[in-house]
Amino acid sequence: MAFGPPTRALKSRPVTFIFDIPTNKTSRFWDELENGKVYGTKCKKCGHKYFPPAADCSECLTSDMDWIDLTDGEGEVETFTHVIVRPPSFADHDTYTVAVAKMKQGVKVLAWLSGVKLGQAKVGMKVKLVGKPSPEGSSYELIPIQ
Amino acid sequence: MRFLSRKVAVVGIGHSVFGDRRDANLPELAFEAIKPAIQDAGITQKDVGFVSVGTAGGWYEEFLPAVVVAEYAGLTGAGLVRCEAACASGSAAVASAYNAIASGQTDIAMAVGVEKMTEVDILTSVELIGRAGYYLWEFHNFGMTFPAYYALHATAHMKKYGTTEEDLAKVAVKNHKYGAMNPYAHLQRTMKVEDVLSSRVIAWPLKIFDCCPVSDGAAAIVLASEDKAKKLTDTPVWIKALGISSGTANISKREDFTSLRSGTIAGQNAYAAAKVKPNQLDVATVHDCFTIAELLAYEDLGFCERGGASKMIREGQTEIGGKIPVNVDGGLKAKGHPIGATGVSMAAEATRQLRGQAGKRQVPVKHGNALAHNIGGTGHYAYVTIFGRD
Repeated sequence: MAFGPPTRALKSRPVTFIFDIPTNKTSRFWDELENGKVYGTKCKKCGHKYFPPAADCSECLTSDMDWIDLTDGEGEVETFTHVIVRPPSFADHDTYTVAVAKMKQGVKVLAWLSGVKLGQAKVGMKVKLVGKPSPEGSSYELIPIQ
Repeated sequence: MRFLSRKVAVVGIGHSVFGDRRDANLPELAFEAIKPAIQDAGITQKDVGFVSVGTAGGWYEEFLPAVVVAEYAGLTGAGLVRCEAACASGSAAVASAYNAIASGQTDIAMAVGVEKMTEVDILTSVELIGRAGYYLWEFHNFGMTFPAYYALHATAHMKKYGTTEEDLAKVAVKNHKYGAMNPYAHLQRTMKVEDVLSSRVIAWPLKIFDCCPVSDGAAAIVLASEDKAKKLTDTPVWIKALGISSGTANISKREDFTSLRSGTIAGQNAYAAAKVKPNQLDVATVHDCFTIAELLAYEDLGFCERGGASKMIREGQTEIGGKIPVNVDGGLKAKGHPIGATGVSMAAEATRQLRGQAGKRQVPVKHGNALAHNIGGTGHYAYVTIFGRD
């Protein structure tokens, strides 16, 4: 049996999705990125810590949260990868390194590990977490501590 | 865990050729699996009381596809649902059809798995699969891809246990060896360790030949209650247990990256419910969407101790004739991974092996047990199913 590209196909009508993702309940997190800060949350009742920030506690099901500053202090890289083949929506970016770091506050963060060349990232390297203001939408990144 | 009293058997299997199947649309491709499954079971569509369709979707034109698939194959009127559990959608469909019979709701049910992934260009599929982790926290700002998720696990496993890129390559070599013998496989060709190691890096340490291809395909099984199964066939293959678990959406919330906890728990639950131990399995299909995933599965499923997977692959213990043959249908790596079809394809392969119908790829059947391990996402969903001749 021979299969492969079709000799005929019908082009579907195009559709574009752009979703408006609500950020009301974590507004301080998004605002503080502008100041270079990255915040998680901590449940006032049971003390469970969250990153990414959560407005509701999945442990005790209450919704009364404190903010915790994760830019205060260092973290350690648990694992990483260099992403070479990127999705089309990241085609304008250079290749990037994604790492998961465990912060001293006890939460883990997945983010780009900036300021390292391919092959320089190491499991166990010390990093800090910083907010990254940008007109296209603020983000955050992990940076090696020299 | 408590299990329902009605036994459920696989009594019919069907499989399309996996691959670049731009010659067929979604229901036409599903038909290629449904028709042989119905014929194999010796029933007609009117006998089927419930149909579950496993498909992730999003990359083909039908938005709510189950009804399209059912109508085209003459299954209109049966109870119908679409099941989604990312790359484990097919096993979710098997579980749904199993439950319809075990609960007494119906006596004959079908699980159909189907995916059409080549109607969009390959980079669009990279984009869509990358969004299948947690879009808001891992894709929006960081552009995660599925190879990248598994690469995080490869890096951690290599660091902790000394697993090498060559060990990963050996998984690809083994699975292509068997894929070359499977007429339903997407990539029916062999590969050498050097081919894998010298292939293009996708997400370090994973290279293109560490990754499964983007495939179209369909698989279908017919399930029946004990009474019906004994009337329909002399070789029923029983679903002895289903172990199901899940992991966090945020990969950053995982305890570590050297195993998939959900897969471990699903496996433990399945072994306990089936009263089967890992050394009583004749064959296993495990979720090798990337080579590292197969090594994680050896450890998570107790085929070896933690950190022992690289030794297993180096020694050929997971080839036919070894301790436990794994993915001797080519696995996702060579057979292909049409997302929703994979779990149903695994059930079909377990049945084929336990019936002794696998031809050149047939394993020796001593214990009469087979295992299927199907992971959705990066341990986001986990389904482990144990099949048996008794």
